[in-house]
Amino acid sequence: MSLLHLAIVSPLILAAFIPALYKKFANIHTGWFLLPLPIMLFSYFLQFIFQTSQGDTITRTLDWIPSLGIDFTVKIDGLGLLFALLITGIGSLVVLYSIYYLSKEKEKLHLFYVYLLMFMSAMLGVVLSDNMILLYSFWELTSFSSFLLIGYWNHRERSRYGAQKSMLITVFGGLAMLGGILLLYLMTGTFSISKTIKMAGELSGQPLFVPAMLCFLLGAFTKSAQFPFHIWLPDAMEAPTPVSAYLHSATMVKAGIYLVARLTPVFAQSSLWLWIIAITGLVTLFWGSFSAVRQTDLKGILAFSTVSQLGMIMSLLGVGAAAFHFSGKSAVPYTVATTAALFHLVNHATFKGSLFMAVGIIDHETGTRDIRKLGGLMTMMPITFTISLIGTLSMAGLPPFNGFLSKEMFFTSMLKVKEAGILSLDTWGLLFPVIAWTGSVFTFVYCMIILFQTFSGGFQQEELDKKPHEAPLGMLIPPVILASLVVIFGLFPNILSDSLIAPAMGAVLQNILGNGESFKVEISHWHGFKPELFMTVGVIAVGFFLYKTSDKWIGFYRLFPEKWSFNRGYDRTLELSQLGSRRFTSLYMNGFIRTYLVYIFSFFIFILGLAMVYEQAFKINTDDLAAVRFYEIMLVAIIAAASISILFAKSRLTSIILLGAVGYTVALFFVIFRAPDLALTQLVIETVSVSLFLLCFYHLPKLRKSEGRIGFKLVNLLIAIGVGTIVTVISLSAHSSKKFGSIANYYIENTYKKAGGENMVNVILVDFRGFDTLFEICVLAIAALGIFGMIKLRLAKGKNE
Amino acid sequence: MEILMSFLIGILFMTATYLMLSKSLLRIIVGTGLLSHGAHLLILTMGDLKRGAAPLLGENAESYVDPLPQALILTAIVISFGVTSFFLVLAYRAYQELGTDNMDRLRGKEGHE
Repeated sequence: MSLLHLAIVSPLILAAFIPALYKKFANIHTGWFLLPLPIMLFSYFLQFIFQTSQGDTITRTLDWIPSLGIDFTVKIDGLGLLFALLITGIGSLVVLYSIYYLSKEKEKLHLFYVYLLMFMSAMLGVVLSDNMILLYSFWELTSFSSFLLIGYWNHRERSRYGAQKSMLITVFGGLAMLGGILLLYLMTGTFSISKTIKMAGELSGQPLFVPAMLCFLLGAFTKSAQFPFHIWLPDAMEAPTPVSAYLHSATMVKAGIYLVARLTPVFAQSSLWLWIIAITGLVTLFWGSFSAVRQTDLKGILAFSTVSQLGMIMSLLGVGAAAFHFSGKSAVPYTVATTAALFHLVNHATFKGSLFMAVGIIDHETGTRDIRKLGGLMTMMPITFTISLIGTLSMAGLPPFNGFLSKEMFFTSMLKVKEAGILSLDTWGLLFPVIAWTGSVFTFVYCMIILFQTFSGGFQQEELDKKPHEAPLGMLIPPVILASLVVIFGLFPNILSDSLIAPAMGAVLQNILGNGESFKVEISHWHGFKPELFMTVGVIAVGFFLYKTSDKWIGFYRLFPEKWSFNRGYDRTLELSQLGSRRFTSLYMNGFIRTYLVYIFSFFIFILGLAMVYEQAFKINTDDLAAVRFYEIMLVAIIAAASISILFAKSRLTSIILLGAVGYTVALFFVIFRAPDLALTQLVIETVSVSLFLLCFYHLPKLRKSEGRIGFKLVNLLIAIGVGTIVTVISLSAHSSKKFGSIANYYIENTYKKAGGENMVNVILVDFRGFDTLFEICVLAIAALGIFGMIKLRLAKGKNE
Repeated sequence: MEILMSFLIGILFMTATYLMLSKSLLRIIVGTGLLSHGAHLLILTMGDLKRGAAPLLGENAESYVDPLPQALILTAIVISFGVTSFFLVLAYRAYQELGTDNMDRLRGKEGHE
């Protein structure tokens, strides 16, 4: 176990001690105990930057299940490191923030921090695993810990609903991903991601290639809240705000992005990959920003804005995959899209994290997140205002913040799409920049709503429970750090480019570069009067106009009533599946034994009959038959007559006597067919049975004349005839097609020689096959004890219920 | 003879099935009795009928009938007897406690899952 493995599992190890620390040091906020860990991990991961920027990767292997090719292989490359730094960096800030956000007295802190540590470990595992099964294990652990964190306030109905919804959707996608992993394994024979990437060239023609790709995309889209699976994210806002900031803006929702980026070298030769990802991303971008405008809850707006921004990153990754269809210089314009995706990934984590924290502060200090109640907080909370200002302007894509740079690059990439001239992108490619631009306008509008409706306008004290004031310093430090990163990355973007983004691009766009080449990432503020600049100007102008006139057109949203929404669809699907399965079950599980017997007998007839017909097994062989004599015909007639008369018997006495008649005739058969022991036993047992029947006779009511409706009787009759026919046919065929003779000769020869008896049946029963007899005795003993118990043991009614 | 026996066994199975599908518990038990008779005769028939003397060495015969099916049937008779008597007492007790032997009234509660 190397230090790297330890780094991944260290949060889990610490989590084991958290409850004890919580109990032992009740007067210290538990968060302080784990704050050092993410900071240590962050600085530990920082040291790898030097190696990855040289293009090196670090791999450490630990055996897990070697016989199945599953190992604990950890690999650090540019992409993994970028995510690991985000997870640990923002993790540290979120832990610090949560210390001030969550009350030590009111909250069950040990649970919160155990879940959070579980999540941190899982997320590190997802981004650093090189083995797909390992990746999947950590992937499900993120779903699971996210479920626990969303449902943290489990006394609230909405929390439980949100937790269940996110669990169902993400686990659905996770299972699809497992399917994809297995399909890839069938093609490559390895679970290792790096080996799979090396084999990428041979994969694209295989029949399982497209199904595997779709499975992986399903996993990525559900995790990253892409359209139409975005519905879980707004409901996940029931989680405590530090959780929303950490999981649902900066890290977990980017696991899908990570997956897409990681597998781009495997799947990108297929144009389907490009199309699906780019279009899903754009639709998500538009739908998220469009829906964000109608929200009135600040976290709701941020949730939909996260959906929208994730869509943007996703579409950039899709377009970036076009680089695989070119070579050399002509691929360069499309690599810009990948640069933009990775750059915006970092940017989004910074500004969205700070915005969530700012919203948490507002919620904490005013008691509400409803923008209709808020307003005029600018002077009361100046620092929070500044943070929100930086965050929203960056999100809207205004200079000089980092969001501006990534948005410009986004437009550049979208404009490039239609020039590609491949994959029929040239005709439809025009739609890309148009949708992207429209989505950006809505982004601008909701950014303005967050900013102005919260901080400017009239202050409404009567709507608020508390007197608002600035938050404590500790709560402000994390968002201040993130906001300053927004500004720093905005002003000096190139500190990121060579250290983090270029190595990450190297991982995403593997196989494109020749030996010794590396990506040159140059992010510049000013690139002349290009179309993308005018697009940004247009976004600002139209967005500002729309915001100012929002009173006039906001009613437009009423054209999209709630019942149209995807949430309603999800709820209906759940309801219908429960209702449907309940109806289906009560359809056949009706509680009547007779119905179940009908099923059983029908299957008996159907399956055996089908097998007989299908195998053409029926045959009659008349060569080897015993002679038929008068006695035997008589006996057959008696049994047949007696058993059929039972059906028509009206009193139970008649049926019991007829059953006795059948039994005694069977004994006579045993006599004729040379089975003296059987005849004796049968006679005795039939006598005892009939006496028993008669014993019970006294207590039971008369058999009813009518036995239900005639329709049911007909079904019963048909089934009875069917069973009889099948048994006859099978017995005839079996008798006519004997494959080999009996082993009887052994018994006949050795009964006296070896066992010292003359009665072969008895010798078989007690000597050759004595075990049967032993347990047959047990059966009788158990039956006797059971009968004794049933009669003697009388528990009062209702007592044993 | 085996062909005749096959039809007889078919008739026994048929009547047994019909009785087991009825509503009265007593008739169901009678049905199981007929079913076990059918099964015993089936075993006997499949072991070839009447190919020699009874399986007693004292007969000093040229050939004997197959002793193995007989042993199997003997075991089966005893077991089915045990089960039938248990079942019968169960029906008797059920009638005492619940006051019915109608299978339609002996059913799981409505909405029981």
